[in-house]
Amino acid sequence: MTDTPTPAVSVEAESRNATRQMLAEFWFYFSRNRGAVVGLVVFVTLVLVALAAPVVAPHDPDMQYRDSFLTPPFWSEGGKTAFLLGTDAVGRDILSRLIYGARFSLFIGLVVVTIALTGGIVLGLVAGYFRGWVDTVIMRVMDVVLAFPSLLLALVLVAVLGPGLVNAMIAIALVLQPHFVRLTRAAVLAERSRDYVVAARLAGAGNLRLMFKTILPNCLAPLIVQATLSFSNAILDAAALGFLGMGAQPPTPEWGTMLAEAREFILRAWWVVTFPGLAILITVLAINLVGDGLRDALDPKLKRS
Amino acid sequence: MIIRRSMKAALLGVSLALFATGAASAKNLVYCSEGSPEGFDSALYTAGTTFDASSKPVFNRLVEFKRGTTEVLPGLAESWSVSEDGLEYTFNLRKGVKFHTTSFFTPTRDFNADDVIFSFERQRDPNHPWHAYTAGASWEYFNGMSMPDLIKEIVKVDDHTVKFVLNRPEAPMIANLAMDFASILSAEYADKLAADGKMDMMNQEPVGTGPFSFVGYQKDAVIRYQAFADYWGGKQPIDNLIFAITPDASVRLQKLKAGECHVMPYPAPADIADIKADSNLNLMEQEGLNVGYLAYNTQMAPFDNPKVRKALNMAINKQAILDAVFQGAGQAAKNPIPPTMWSYNDQIVDDPYDPDAAKKMLDEAGVSGLKMKVWAMPVQRPYNPNARRMAELIQADFAKVGVEVEIVSYEWGEYLKRSTEKDRDGAILLGWTGDNGDPDNFLAVLLGCDGVGGANRAQWCHQPFDDLIQKAKTISDKAERTKLYEEAQVVFKEQAPWATIAHSVVFMPMSAKVSGYVMDPLGGHWFDGVDITE
Amino acid sequence: MIRFLFGRLALLVPTFIGVTIVAFGFIRLLPGDPVLLLAGERGLSPERYNQLMEQFGFSEPIWRQYLDYIAGVLTGDLGNSIVTKKPVFDEFMALFPATVELALCAIVIAVALGIPAGILAAVRRGSVADQAIMGTALIGYSMPIFWWGLLLIILFSGILQWTPVSGRISLMYFFPQVTGFMLIDSLLSGQKGAFQSAVSHLILPSIVLATIPLAVIARQTRSAMLEVLGEDYVRTARAKGLAPLRVVGLHALRNAMIPVLTTIGLQVGVLLAGAILTETIFSWPGIGKWMIDSIARRDYPVVQGGLLMIALIVMIVNLTVDMLYGLVNPRIRHT
Repeated sequence: MTDTPTPAVSVEAESRNATRQMLAEFWFYFSRNRGAVVGLVVFVTLVLVALAAPVVAPHDPDMQYRDSFLTPPFWSEGGKTAFLLGTDAVGRDILSRLIYGARFSLFIGLVVVTIALTGGIVLGLVAGYFRGWVDTVIMRVMDVVLAFPSLLLALVLVAVLGPGLVNAMIAIALVLQPHFVRLTRAAVLAERSRDYVVAARLAGAGNLRLMFKTILPNCLAPLIVQATLSFSNAILDAAALGFLGMGAQPPTPEWGTMLAEAREFILRAWWVVTFPGLAILITVLAINLVGDGLRDALDPKLKRS
Repeated sequence: MIIRRSMKAALLGVSLALFATGAASAKNLVYCSEGSPEGFDSALYTAGTTFDASSKPVFNRLVEFKRGTTEVLPGLAESWSVSEDGLEYTFNLRKGVKFHTTSFFTPTRDFNADDVIFSFERQRDPNHPWHAYTAGASWEYFNGMSMPDLIKEIVKVDDHTVKFVLNRPEAPMIANLAMDFASILSAEYADKLAADGKMDMMNQEPVGTGPFSFVGYQKDAVIRYQAFADYWGGKQPIDNLIFAITPDASVRLQKLKAGECHVMPYPAPADIADIKADSNLNLMEQEGLNVGYLAYNTQMAPFDNPKVRKALNMAINKQAILDAVFQGAGQAAKNPIPPTMWSYNDQIVDDPYDPDAAKKMLDEAGVSGLKMKVWAMPVQRPYNPNARRMAELIQADFAKVGVEVEIVSYEWGEYLKRSTEKDRDGAILLGWTGDNGDPDNFLAVLLGCDGVGGANRAQWCHQPFDDLIQKAKTISDKAERTKLYEEAQVVFKEQAPWATIAHSVVFMPMSAKVSGYVMDPLGGHWFDGVDITE
Repeated sequence: MIRFLFGRLALLVPTFIGVTIVAFGFIRLLPGDPVLLLAGERGLSPERYNQLMEQFGFSEPIWRQYLDYIAGVLTGDLGNSIVTKKPVFDEFMALFPATVELALCAIVIAVALGIPAGILAAVRRGSVADQAIMGTALIGYSMPIFWWGLLLIILFSGILQWTPVSGRISLMYFFPQVTGFMLIDSLLSGQKGAFQSAVSHLILPSIVLATIPLAVIARQTRSAMLEVLGEDYVRTARAKGLAPLRVVGLHALRNAMIPVLTTIGLQVGVLLAGAILTETIFSWPGIGKWMIDSIARRDYPVVQGGLLMIALIVMIVNLTVDMLYGLVNPRIRHT
C-alpha cells in the first residue's frame, strides 16, 4: 500500500481528463443534430414546468369550478381567459391538469427506465458473464416475456396487480426489461474475451468488480440509447393503459387517463380530447429527438460516415 | 371443423339469397346495440343486452308485460286461474301458435304444453338432459328468483293446459313468469338438436314463437332478424331487424347521425343537448326503474348513529351531482324506490342541502375530524354513469363539513364481494335496477334484515322497517301492501341508512323516421310494433 | 437447413411451456371472483356459489388445474368462456380473420410507403426530402395511436363524413362469411358496392394501425440503405460509373432488405399490441377488442386462451422470419 501512491493519482487525473474529452466530443456530435437540440430544449422545459407545476399552473388541477363545466379554450366562442385551454366535464382547468400531468408522465418514464435498466443490467451481466445454465434460464424467461405483445402483457399484469399508476409502472418496466437484458448480455459477450478484461482477471479482479467496474462501462452507449427509447415507450404505454382504464385512476391528471375520461365528449368538446394527446405527442417526440441525437453521437459507426 | 363451417355457410347462403332478393324493397330497422349478447338462450344469462337480442325479439312467454308498463297481459297463455290457497296456477295455452321456420329448422307442429314443460323443466330438474347442455350452463335468474324452492311440480294437464304447483303462496309469481328467463323454447327443436348431436346450437341459433326470427349472428358485429310472417300477434311492420353492435356511446351517436342506424340506447349524457337540437332525431326519455345510493355501514361507529348519517346526507349537493355526473339525465332520489313504482311515497320531504346545519349536527353528535372511505364502483351502471366522478364530488362536499374522504375502488367482482362484508370500512356507492316492478324487489332485497352480509350493503337491520316489509310480502291486496310500503319509506327516511342519490333518466335517441317505439320501464328494448318510413 | 429449422423449433419448446405457465399463472392470480362477478349486484347463496366454483373447476388444487389445462391445450381445447359459455378456440377463430385483415392492410400500407420513403431519404441524404421524411417518421413513431385514431374519426367521420364511423361493412350488405376476410367475402358475394363499402370501413383503422410500423420501416430502410451505400463494393460500383439507379436498385437494395425484413417481422408484435387500441377505438370486432373486453369481464378462460394463441402467433411469425433470414443470408445458418 505504501510503495507507489503517485502513479495512481496520475492515472486518476488522466482518466478524468479523458472523461472530459469524451464529453466534449459527445457534445460536439450531439449539438450538430439540430433536431436533438430542439428536443433537448423542449424536454428540459417540460422538466422545469413539471417541477414548478404549483407555481406555473393557473389553477389547482383538482379544483372543480362548478359554474364552468366544459368551457372551451379562450379563443373559441364562449371561452374564458381564466381557463386558457378550457375546462373538463367537472369544471377543472385543462391547462393546469396538463401541467401537473407532465409530472406524472416524466415520473413514469423515470421510474420505469430506472427499474428496467437496473434489472436488465444485472440480469444481462449475470447471464453474459457466467453463461451456462444461468444464462439459459434468464434468456428463456426473457424469450417468454418477448413472446407477448408488450401492451397486452402489461394489460394483463395490471389486471393482476390491480389498476393504478404504480402497478402500471411496474408492469411496463417488466415488459421493457428484456431489451436491456439482451443488450447488456450481447455487449458483455463481446467484451468478456477482450484483452483488458482478461488482463483484469489475471490481475485478480473479483467477479463483481469485473462485471460492474471493468465490463459494464464499456457497454454503456447502447444502453443509454435504449434507455431513452424506453423512456418514451414507457410514457406511451402508460398513457395507453390509462386510456384503457387500467393505468392511473381518475382524478389523477395523467394524460392518458384524461383522454379516457374525455372520450365521451369527442363530438361536443374537442378540446378535452385534443390537448392531452398533443401533450403526449410533444413529450414523446422531444424524447425521441434526443434519443436520435444520442444514438448518432454515441454510435461511432454512423459518426464516421 | 372446416367442413362443418363451410356446410353451414352454404346452407346459410341459400337462405340469404332468399333474404337478399326481398331486401331491395324491404324495410330495415337498424338498432345500434351497446354490446354483444352472451348467447341466445336467455334463461342462461342475466344481462339486459343479452335479453334484448334473444328473449325479446325471438321468444314469447306465458304472460307478457304490456308494452311500456309493468302490467301483465296474456302471452302464450290465453288465460290463467289461481287456486284458493294460492298454490296452483293453471294456464290455458293459446292455440295455433307457430314456431319460426328458419334455415336451420322447420317445425312440424304448433306450440303446445310440451314446449312449456321443456322450457321450465330443463332449468328445474338437475337430471334433465338439457340441464347442463352447454358448458357452465347455470340458470341464474331461475335460481335467483328461488324458483327451485318455490315450484313443487309442473303438470301437463292436456296439450293446451299446464299447471304450476307451488310449495308456498307467492304474490309476484305471475309477474315473474313474464321475465326473460321464462321464455318458451321449442321442444321439437331441442329434440332435433339432441338427435343431431348439436345441443350447443340451442344457445347460438334460437327458434321461438316471437315477432322476429333469428337469421344470423356475426360475433361482436351484427345480429340479423327477420319479421316472422306467421307471428300469432300479426306480422311486424318492418321486414328486417338488424342489431349493429357498437359499444362506444359516441360512436353510436355518430352512426345514428350518419343514418347508419335508426335507434340507439344509452347516449352519453354529454350528448343529450346536441341530440335534442337535431331535427332529424327524436329523443324519448323515461325515468329508469332504478336507484343509485351511498350506503353507510350502519354497524360501524360513527355511522351506527342515524344522526351522523342524516348529517352527511345533508352535506351532499345532489344538484351538483345531477349536473356533473348525470348531466341532466337524472333526477334526485329521496326514496329507495323509483317514482314510477307503485307505493312510491311522494309525501316524503328530502333532506335539504345545508352544509352548515350538517356541520352543526355532526358537532352535536360528537363527531369531529372524521376520516372515512367512500367506495366508487369501477364500472358504469344505469343508476350511476360515473361513480368516480360522483365520489369526487361527494369528497369535495364532505370536506366542507370537516369530513375527510378517501376514495377507494376495487375491480368490480372484488368490489361486489368486499362490499357485502359486515366489517367493511366506509360508505359505498352502488345501486339497483328493478326486475319486475314490485317494491318488494327493492325494499326487501336491499334493506331487509335477511340481506345483511349480502345485498343489504348498509348492513342495516332495523326491526320496525323489517316488520313492515315482511308483512307486505304475505298480503295479496295491493292497496294494503301500498300502505305498508309507504310507511316503510318513512322509517327509511328517518333512519337514513343510505344517502339516496339519484334515479337515472333513460334516454332513447332515434331517427325521426322511426315510429311506434315504446320505452320499457324495466329497461329492455323491444322492436315489436315499431315502424320506419323510408 | 432442416437442422437449423429443428434447432429453432427445439428452442421454442421451453418458450412455449413458459408461455403456458404465464398464461395460466397470471390469470389465477387475478383478483376478483369470476363467479361473483357473474352474479352482479344480486349476489349468490353460498351453496350456489360452491356449486358454480365446482362447475368451473376453480375448487381443484392449482397444479391439477394446470395439468388439466395443458392436457386441454394439447388437444386444442382452450376451455369455454365463462360469459358466453362457448369454446374459446371457436371464439378466437371467429374473430381472428378480422384482426388479420386489419393487420395485413396495415402492414401493406407500412411497407408500400415505408420502404420507398426510406430509400428516397437515404439516396437524397441531407436533402429537404430526407428531413421531411425523417421528421414525419419520427412524429409517427412518437404518436399515441389511440389519440391519433380519435382525431381521424373526428375529422373524417365527424366533420367531413367521408368514412363510416365503425364496423367492417355497411349493414346493407349481407352475405355468408366464407373466408372471414371481409374484402374477399364482399367480392365473392357479387353484391354491388359491397367491396367498396368494406374498403371504406377498413381505411381509417388500417392507417392508424400502420402509423408506427410505417415510421419504423422508413427509418430502418434509410439506415440500412445508408450503411450499404457506404460499403466498399457499392462505392466501387459507383466509381466504376454504374448508373445510380442501378446501384441503388440492384446492389444496395438487396442487401439492405435483410435487416428491413427482420424489422417487418418484428412489427407483428407491435401490430397485435396496436390492434388492441385500434380495435377498441373503431369498434372493430377482432381479437384485440375481445381481449380487452374479456379482461374487463374477468373471463378467465378467454384471457388465458387468447394470451396463449397470441403468443403462439408471435412465436410462429418470429420463427418464420428467422427462417427467411437464414434463407436470404446463409452465413447465419452455421453460427
